[in-house]
Amino acid sequence: MNIEGVRAIYLFEMARMRRTLLQSVVSPVITTSLYFIVFGAAIGSRMQEVDGISYGAFIAPGLIMLTLLNQCIGNGSFGIYFPKFTGTIYEILSSPISTAEILIGYVGAAATKGLIVGTIILLTASAFVDISIAHPFLMALFFVLTAVTFSLFGFMIGIWAKDFEQLNIFPMLVIPPLVFLGGSFYSINMLPPFWQTVSHFNPVLYLVSGFRWSFYEIADVNPAVSLAIVVGFLVACLSVTAWIFKTGYKLKS
Amino acid sequence: MAPIVSIRNLTKRYATGFTALKGVDLDIEEGEILALLGPNGAGKTTMISIICGIVTPSGGTVTVAGHDILADYRKTRSIIGLVPQELTLDSFETVWSTVSFSRGLHGRKPDPALIERILKDLSLYDKKDTMLRHLSGGMRRRVLIAKALSYEPKVLFLDEPTAGVDVSLRKDMWQLVERLRAAGVTIILTTHYIEEAEEIADRIGVINGGRILLVEDKKALMTKLGRKQLTVELAEPLAAIPPSLAPFGLALAGTGERLVYEFSTTGERTGISSLLSALSQAGLRVRDVSTEQSSLEDIFVELVGEDR
Ligand SMILES: Nc1ncnc2c1ncn2[C@@H]1O[C@H](COP(=O)(O)OP(=O)(O)OP(=O)(O)O)[C@@H](O)[C@H]1O
Ligand SMILES: [Mg+2]
Repeated sequence: MNIEGVRAIYLFEMARMRRTLLQSVVSPVITTSLYFIVFGAAIGSRMQEVDGISYGAFIAPGLIMLTLLNQCIGNGSFGIYFPKFTGTIYEILSSPISTAEILIGYVGAAATKGLIVGTIILLTASAFVDISIAHPFLMALFFVLTAVTFSLFGFMIGIWAKDFEQLNIFPMLVIPPLVFLGGSFYSINMLPPFWQTVSHFNPVLYLVSGFRWSFYEIADVNPAVSLAIVVGFLVACLSVTAWIFKTGYKLKS
Repeated sequence: MAPIVSIRNLTKRYATGFTALKGVDLDIEEGEILALLGPNGAGKTTMISIICGIVTPSGGTVTVAGHDILADYRKTRSIIGLVPQELTLDSFETVWSTVSFSRGLHGRKPDPALIERILKDLSLYDKKDTMLRHLSGGMRRRVLIAKALSYEPKVLFLDEPTAGVDVSLRKDMWQLVERLRAAGVTIILTTHYIEEAEEIADRIGVINGGRILLVEDKKALMTKLGRKQLTVELAEPLAAIPPSLAPFGLALAGTGERLVYEFSTTGERTGISSLLSALSQAGLRVRDVSTEQSSLEDIFVELVGEDR
């Protein structure tokens, strides 16, 4: 195993992220604070509790997930897209390093940064509302699994994207609606039956619901199902990535 | 000794349908310097990219030190170094960090002393903390070389290392190649400058249209080049060469009005004066005499021209 190679990629990526850390921490912190001020304090004060907890506390897990997904997809995709774009990928391709090792380097770094920013958001949230974590271990498991899975998903987008527009489609256009419609700001029980059914096709619902269960033991879907869906998605992403490297799809001509 | 790089019937058809390599066979000996000459689009970069793992081959095999480049990629890629043709570097990294990165990527433990020496050798040490985007083209080229040397490859591919490089840097580069060779590194370089190939290569290969047209020892090539042709134009055409002129090994050309004599400029005597006196003794009247020398450039142009 080429441990030095993995370390080189990981540290390279972490250094790149450190250069943009300010922007990647400040912007989600501001956004999250705004959500808490607008939804939590202004609107939430007029709202009833949801499933027995204050509205502000209810939305916190969803907001953390929103940031985590965006960070991981953004970092994962940019990390591999950029060398492809500039041509420096030649060095990775001509190195004695395996697919798995490349993945550990890039995805590991993207997930690490996602987890750092996610933790900062969790702390920000706890400054606004009372947050209790009923199952810290499960919460950490969801946190890490989601970070890894979506960093990997981002990695795939980075390989697939042929320009910056495609690179941004997921973080800008796909993730926000899925997060907003995935029960981050409401319990799907509040929806009419038809929309409840539709919501069950939204993968983010399972993430947010499972994650929230680890905080407050309230969920829209069975937490075991949530966990299974995340693991399933992780396996799917791993398979696609393995295929990408095997065939050289969009990496080698 | 078994060749360090062995290429057999290598083909490459790009997704566009274009066939860039049409069955290349080439053996590269350990410790030699092989210069690959070929016009734009000949397939030089394609061939190198396949050996290094950047492009997937469509057919054929390549082994490096006996290991297959696909099955045993870890072994082959830790032996091979590559300095690519394009000046592709990260903009925001420093010289030092990008060179150290290359070493790590190739599975080598950090060795700051080695990197310092490489940077000093390439006159880059005073730029070690400079961001790559603030470097000039020639400096970037040197950084790419430093990156490739950082992991101490045994076989080094230099894809047009002296393109866009000034005369003094070119001389430095040649010296560097000489030093690497002394350290036992096998070097394959592509170039468009024939005098560069003449200057530093042990063997010269010519590639065109995805095929190797010639691979020859530079010395053998140079002796060929050291040969001159003397053409004697006669006043009256001959039907056959008179027996008295047989020792000169002449050839009759045209419709018998031209005699062609080949001689070596490196030999002690050319035999021109004795030929001329033998001609007059045989009673032949000479109208004109001309000499011609072929250069590597001629050979190259001729080969590539015929191939078109
Ligand atoms: N990715 C690609 N897709 C399709 N065709 C390609 C690709 N890369 C190279 N080619 C074609 O393959 C041929 C050989 O290209 P290559 O880069 O190997 O030439 P070269 O000998 O290195 O030329 P040069 O001296 O200009 O660097 C060219 O006709 C080129 O257009
Ligand atoms: Mg080329």
